Amino acid sequence: MQLSGAEIFVESLKREGVKIIFGLPGGVVLKIFDVLHQQKDIQLILTRHEQGAGHMAEGYAKATGRPGVALITSGPGMTNVITALADAYMDSVPIVCFSGQVPTALIGNDAFQEADNVGLSRPCTKYNFLVKDVNDLAQTIKEAFYIASTGRPGPVLVDIPKDVSMNKTSFKYPDSVYIRGYNPTYEGSKWKIKQAAEAIMKSRRPILYVGGGVIFSGASEELRELAEMSHIPVDMTLMALGAFPGDHPLSLGMLGMHGTYAANMAIHYSDLVIAVGARFDDRVTGKVSEFCPHAKIIHIDIDPTSIRKNIHVDIPIVGDCKRVLRELNNVLRTTVNGDQKELRKPWWDQINAWKAEHPLRYEQPADGRIKPQYLIDRLYHLTKDRDPIVATDVGQHQMWTAQFFKLTSPRTWLTSGGLGTMGFGFPAALGAQAAFRNRLVLCIAGDGSIQMNSQELATAVVEKLPVKVFIISNQFHGMVRQWQDLFYEGRYAASYLHQFPDFVKLAEAYGAVGLRIQTPNEVDDGIREALSIDRPVFVDVPVDQFENCYPMIPAGGCNHEMLLQDPPELRERQAVGLKSQQEGKDRILTA
Amino acid sequence: MEHIISVTLENKSGALSRVAGLFSGRGFNIESLSVAPTLDPSMSMMTLVTSGDDRIIEQILKQLNKVIDVIKVVDLNESDFVERETALIKVHTKPEDRAEALRIADIFRANVVDSSPTSYTIEVTGDVKKVEAIIQLLQPLGIKELVRTGRIAIAREPVRAASSHARPVAKAT
Ligand SMILES: Cc1ncc(C[n+]2csc(CCOP(=O)(O)OP(=O)(O)O)c2C)c(N)n1
Repeated sequence: MQLSGAEIFVESLKREGVKIIFGLPGGVVLKIFDVLHQQKDIQLILTRHEQGAGHMAEGYAKATGRPGVALITSGPGMTNVITALADAYMDSVPIVCFSGQVPTALIGNDAFQEADNVGLSRPCTKYNFLVKDVNDLAQTIKEAFYIASTGRPGPVLVDIPKDVSMNKTSFKYPDSVYIRGYNPTYEGSKWKIKQAAEAIMKSRRPILYVGGGVIFSGASEELRELAEMSHIPVDMTLMALGAFPGDHPLSLGMLGMHGTYAANMAIHYSDLVIAVGARFDDRVTGKVSEFCPHAKIIHIDIDPTSIRKNIHVDIPIVGDCKRVLRELNNVLRTTVNGDQKELRKPWWDQINAWKAEHPLRYEQPADGRIKPQYLIDRLYHLTKDRDPIVATDVGQHQMWTAQFFKLTSPRTWLTSGGLGTMGFGFPAALGAQAAFRNRLVLCIAGDGSIQMNSQELATAVVEKLPVKVFIISNQFHGMVRQWQDLFYEGRYAASYLHQFPDFVKLAEAYGAVGLRIQTPNEVDDGIREALSIDRPVFVDVPVDQFENCYPMIPAGGCNHEMLLQDPPELRERQAVGLKSQQEGKDRILTA
Repeated sequence: MEHIISVTLENKSGALSRVAGLFSGRGFNIESLSVAPTLDPSMSMMTLVTSGDDRIIEQILKQLNKVIDVIKVVDLNESDFVERETALIKVHTKPEDRAEALRIADIFRANVVDSSPTSYTIEVTGDVKKVEAIIQLLQPLGIKELVRTGRIAIAREPVRAASSHARPVAKAT
């Protein structure tokens, strides 16, 4: 039987187990949308912006571990989705994005809504394809899903010209793929693993430095076994939160620029860093030349280019985190001699002293403005029994969530790490909610970031995705304001947002529920009320505008040299800064 | 340090730009690049000349391997290799310089592949030093146009069984 390209597309996606597509139509992909419309196996979720579709596919992929799928049109549809592709590339999220393209005969003619989709997306995808012949379509789709979800996962783009979706051919979906230039290494070298085990047994001050790779490879169990067996403290990157229980006694929480004091001190003074599925990002290493000056470094990663990219590594192990850790545990289990707990006691005494010296903290005055940390802390305590999925945008609220929301299971954390994409959180939360209709999905957003994709409120309402969004309203691009406070003498260039819009009304305008929590003693009830509503909710939480996020390692600083609180003169400067902003605002309003 | 890297890649549209994009995107140097199909027409062979310290070269090799259209990467500096480059040099010749131009071509065993009353086009093949030397000598006569192929290189076969081979870098991810 002869099928059209559009029908082949749908049949192929069914074979890949795709249940949901996030997309937005246009002229050159209408045929595909038309075929999707006439079947029931794959649900099509119409987003209100292609960036939203891309982030929803990411949220879906991060929460489920299966590739997320987006379908968008040529030209502006493609350029709109680029941010999500770049985000997925940085954070190794498996998504497959299908773009429409002008008919093959018109490619290169500057046709209406033509863009060089393959050229535009090349630097921000793991791989991309232009399908020139309908006979190649099924094979290409098979390869796209294979590349996106194997090795170090990542986004793949498949560009389908209009005529390819219309032309007909016989359909046969390939059973397997072989790509001669693509053979990820899964098994780690036994010899290297043995060396690593020896180093661990000898080490007095080891630390596990864990990244998102542990989540992609499903290695949480193995990680926990390793940490517990050898009494090794665990530092997590922003991307790894949930890979190891945040409330486990061996967890030191997040490390890096806004990591905990204990996490950063411990890695700095360790004698052995065991990096697992992490990439020594500059937000983690700080000043590279002074990173872990006393430590030997073991680096386990599936991507050889991550190893020795910016840090010298003593024992590199290329392989899948899960398999390598399993093997490492086997070696350790059979060879560990002596009591590791006893051996590490002085190290743990030191770590516990650091923990006690500067724990994460904030002060919530009973009658003052709500502290952002308090809101997040309460939200954590009131929801933790439900194992919620937590999404964030980018900024201070993201860092506070990372610090205070102690996630306990993998695939519950949706945040934009490498690219730091404001506007990521809400659509990502919707993507996860679409995958898990019955789970609690929270989004903690900034009043700046949420405005970058708030149009997806329409998607949330129409698709009945009851995500609970808590907007930390500080009327600032808070993280920018913090840098201006600390490094630009309090000059608030373009960081003051004024009090726009009214998020309660915004939610209501879309048919969602809008709530506002005004005072500290309303916090618990407000959260409970939001959770009790089975519809999308925006909760606007006006907070202390000037709260800053600590600890902080200034960019390029050293991991053991953290700022722990506001410098003394700051409050005064902030008041002056705010006044001048507000006067500026008055001018605008009276002009 | 300068490295010559030979890269076997898929002979399909886009493959070359993936490699070129990798170099520009990551700020690696390309001093020269030449590419053409191999005996197997589904593959191309690229010779890349680049430079950097050991850490950068290690990254370049790994990043090249990571490109899905790249099938094999060999750092030729790890063994002995033979390299060649061809240049076509169009020299302006005043009547009194014509004999000199021919003499220079002769010394370098270069061929005159085209001539007009006022010019010779000289083809020279050799290693970079040789090509650069002839260019230098012809310059005073007046070079009108110059085209170079970029360097190509191939590993030498070992003379004795035990001598070292160029090692392919492990291909992964
Ligand atoms: C798309 C995008 N543009 C700009 C930035 C730079 N940036 C980083 S944090 C930030 C402020 C975020 O403000 P908000 O969402 O209100 O969060 P807050 O820091 O106040 O919690 C900005 C502008 C970014 N990360 N992403």
